Amino acid sequence: MQEPLFIVSKEDWSLHRKGYEDQLRHKEKVKEAIKKNLGDLVSEENIILSNGKDMVKIPIRSLDEYRFRYNYNKQKLSGQGKGDSKVGDVLGRDGTPANGGKGQGAGDQPGQDVYEAEISVEEIQEMLFGDLELPDLKNKPNQDMVTKDIHFNDIRKKGLMGNIDKKRTIIANLKRNNISGKPGIHNISIDDLRFKTWQEVIIPHSQAVVIAMMDTSGSMGMFEKYIARTFFFWMVRFLRTKYENVEIVFIAHHTEAKEVSEEDFFSRGESGGTICSSAYKKALEIIDKRYSPDRYNIYPFHFSDGDNLTSDNQRSVEYVKELMKRSNMFGYGEINPYNRQSTLMNVFKNLKDDKFVYYVIREKADVYQSLKTFFKKREAAPTE
Amino acid sequence: MDEIKELNRVVEEITEIALGFGLDPFPMRYEICPPDIIYTFGAYGMPTRFSHWSFGKTFNRMKMQYDLGLSKIYELVINNNPSYAFLLEGNSLIQNKLIIAHVLAHTDFFKNNFYFSKTNRGMVESMSATAERIRKYEMQYGKEVVEDFLDAALAIQEHIDPNLLTPKLKWSKDEADSGKKKKGRESEYDSLWRLDQYINSNGEKGEADNEKKEKKFPPQPEKDILLFIEEYSNHLESWQRDILTMIREEMLYFWPQIETKIMNEGWASYWHARILREMDLTEEETIEFAKLNSSVVQPSRTSINPYYFGLKVFEDIEKRWDNPTEEEQKLHGRKKGQGRKKLFEVRETERDISFIRNYMTKELVKELDLYLYQKKGNEWVIVEKDWEKIRDQLVQTKVNGGFPYLVVENGDYLRNGELYLKHQYEGIELDIRYLEKTLPYLFQLWGRMVHLETVVENRAVLFSYDGNKTFRKFI
Repeated sequence: MQEPLFIVSKEDWSLHRKGYEDQLRHKEKVKEAIKKNLGDLVSEENIILSNGKDMVKIPIRSLDEYRFRYNYNKQKLSGQGKGDSKVGDVLGRDGTPANGGKGQGAGDQPGQDVYEAEISVEEIQEMLFGDLELPDLKNKPNQDMVTKDIHFNDIRKKGLMGNIDKKRTIIANLKRNNISGKPGIHNISIDDLRFKTWQEVIIPHSQAVVIAMMDTSGSMGMFEKYIARTFFFWMVRFLRTKYENVEIVFIAHHTEAKEVSEEDFFSRGESGGTICSSAYKKALEIIDKRYSPDRYNIYPFHFSDGDNLTSDNQRSVEYVKELMKRSNMFGYGEINPYNRQSTLMNVFKNLKDDKFVYYVIREKADVYQSLKTFFKKREAAPTE
Repeated sequence: MDEIKELNRVVEEITEIALGFGLDPFPMRYEICPPDIIYTFGAYGMPTRFSHWSFGKTFNRMKMQYDLGLSKIYELVINNNPSYAFLLEGNSLIQNKLIIAHVLAHTDFFKNNFYFSKTNRGMVESMSATAERIRKYEMQYGKEVVEDFLDAALAIQEHIDPNLLTPKLKWSKDEADSGKKKKGRESEYDSLWRLDQYINSNGEKGEADNEKKEKKFPPQPEKDILLFIEEYSNHLESWQRDILTMIREEMLYFWPQIETKIMNEGWASYWHARILREMDLTEEETIEFAKLNSSVVQPSRTSINPYYFGLKVFEDIEKRWDNPTEEEQKLHGRKKGQGRKKLFEVRETERDISFIRNYMTKELVKELDLYLYQKKGNEWVIVEKDWEKIRDQLVQTKVNGGFPYLVVENGDYLRNGELYLKHQYEGIELDIRYLEKTLPYLFQLWGRMVHLETVVENRAVLFSYDGNKTFRKFI
């Protein structure tokens, strides 16, 4: 038979899933890569500024398909003008030359070596929090507040008509008819009926408060504030996975401490010297007034560059000890990109208490490490 | 179905016109597909190719661009006998007319261009068998293990020797062991062949000294790194060698398409316009055709659009051979009215490199307003308008398919079985970050320390990887 010159056809392609399958594998690899880069991701600006709502795009380098290739930046490339191009004309700036019109050749532009993956903050959170644990999570004795929750998790033969489980009822009917030798769905009897039934679950009403303290003295710059912001962002999200209700109190201080709004906390510029004890004192006042340790899990965290007034150090230590009596833990994060010896750290070093945890952050990626340090899995401290 | 009937009629008409013009395509199989299928095939290069996440990544990117309306593939055509053309579902009739004419010219090119003469015309089946085999290995050795290996193999897949005359290694291991030249061919042209070697050995003295020198392995620099590793790595298991063979075959199949991108698209664009002119189009169709055509052959400021550039060169050739100048008539004995004939000759014998070198003229460069640009500081600036420089740069980007030219210099470096590659530097540096990330893959394949010699800022540098760390030193 002679082969036809042509055939035109249209088939059903719905079972051809290869592209999607490999796309899935690629996504898995992206996820692996993200996991490896959590340190960088945690301080990724896109995420912190997104307020955690949306999908964020994050650059991922490790998914490139590496091969031996030319360095585009050192290569001359060719292009085409509208008839009046001349030497010296600028086509574009920075990363990639501006592409005039979407031609067929697009996609092979130089500079496209960063792969942008889209990921939800939730996914990152899941990976990140897998490594973290709350230290010293205590059952507060006065937890009189409980919430009731209803879980539909049982099936019974008797129940309210509104809660009938149609699928199971039909399955029961099918089984019965099969046994009686007349397969099919018919003659649904009372015996076949199945109902969904609930159980009441009692969940202890747990709440936590974070006392976020930050040094806003003249020595705290943009970088220092960003680090603190990043840290509190993740910390609050983490606590929310453990507690039903998490409140945050913001205390900004230089030589005096003030309770401020979240916005002010991160944006307000202050100046002057530093007296840390003022913040600790304020924290104690607030705790005593509003957050009884009987009912709240309390997490005071202080971020500073450590540049405290020397004469204030001893007082600070006393207040911190006082704070620890009321709190689950006390965290001190020192943001110290230049690796100086700080006055505050000098005295804190000698504090021997399981509740006291400190970490020195030198660069963005350290935020991840600091989270892991503050919330690392450890043996529970002995209860008093 | 009406749609199919209608298309059948159109295809018949277009095929007739195309054959009338002297086009000589393979028998065609047209298949109408939904977008995700077209994009899958586009990402894999073939409907039946094996699975790998990198294809999934490409698919994801292409599909996303389609979903966002940034780009659209209207068709895809496969070099095979019969040739498969995939048409996007929902194309309008006039779009399909243009596409059908376009793909007919593509398969005419596949069938008749010299560089495609050795390609496997049963590749659809062949790739399907490959995919099947790789799947089997996945079940046998584990998905991750096979994926790891594919990652490494794909990282060096372009480093084959696509030379049509010497499809396998040019030397044998015996020859390498004895350190002597094979005395196979003796003819009056031998000195010519030796010239090649002379050039290869970087101007060192030729044959006479060769015998005295230490025996080398390979005896001459080997371009086919994939094949070299497949044959001489002591580290690979037989299934791994099998995968290397298959990947190399697929690359050999794709290679002529890489080398003729401009010609192939130019040829197809030339013909879709000529063929549609012969058809009775309604007024609306004519306008839609013009729109579509101009979007396909749209010039770009930052790259050379192969559709447009190729088309322009073909049209210029036709013009110059239809109406040669007096000088051309006298000097080259060119007769008038030979344009079409010349075009068919060019489509048979050239590839992009020679196409540009032989047929790009000063006038054309001026007419198309071509230029070279480069990154200076953080700006991309036009740096060159001289037509010969532009031509030479275009030719250079086509050398070795646009990939850096690497050879195996020594397969037993330091007498320790280490692999020593050399980059034949021609003025463009390698991407160092990529290089350092690729060496581990090479190590994975070779199983011992690997080295790559290249040039950075005019100094020879040797990059090495020992399984843990990359080293670099000036040499």
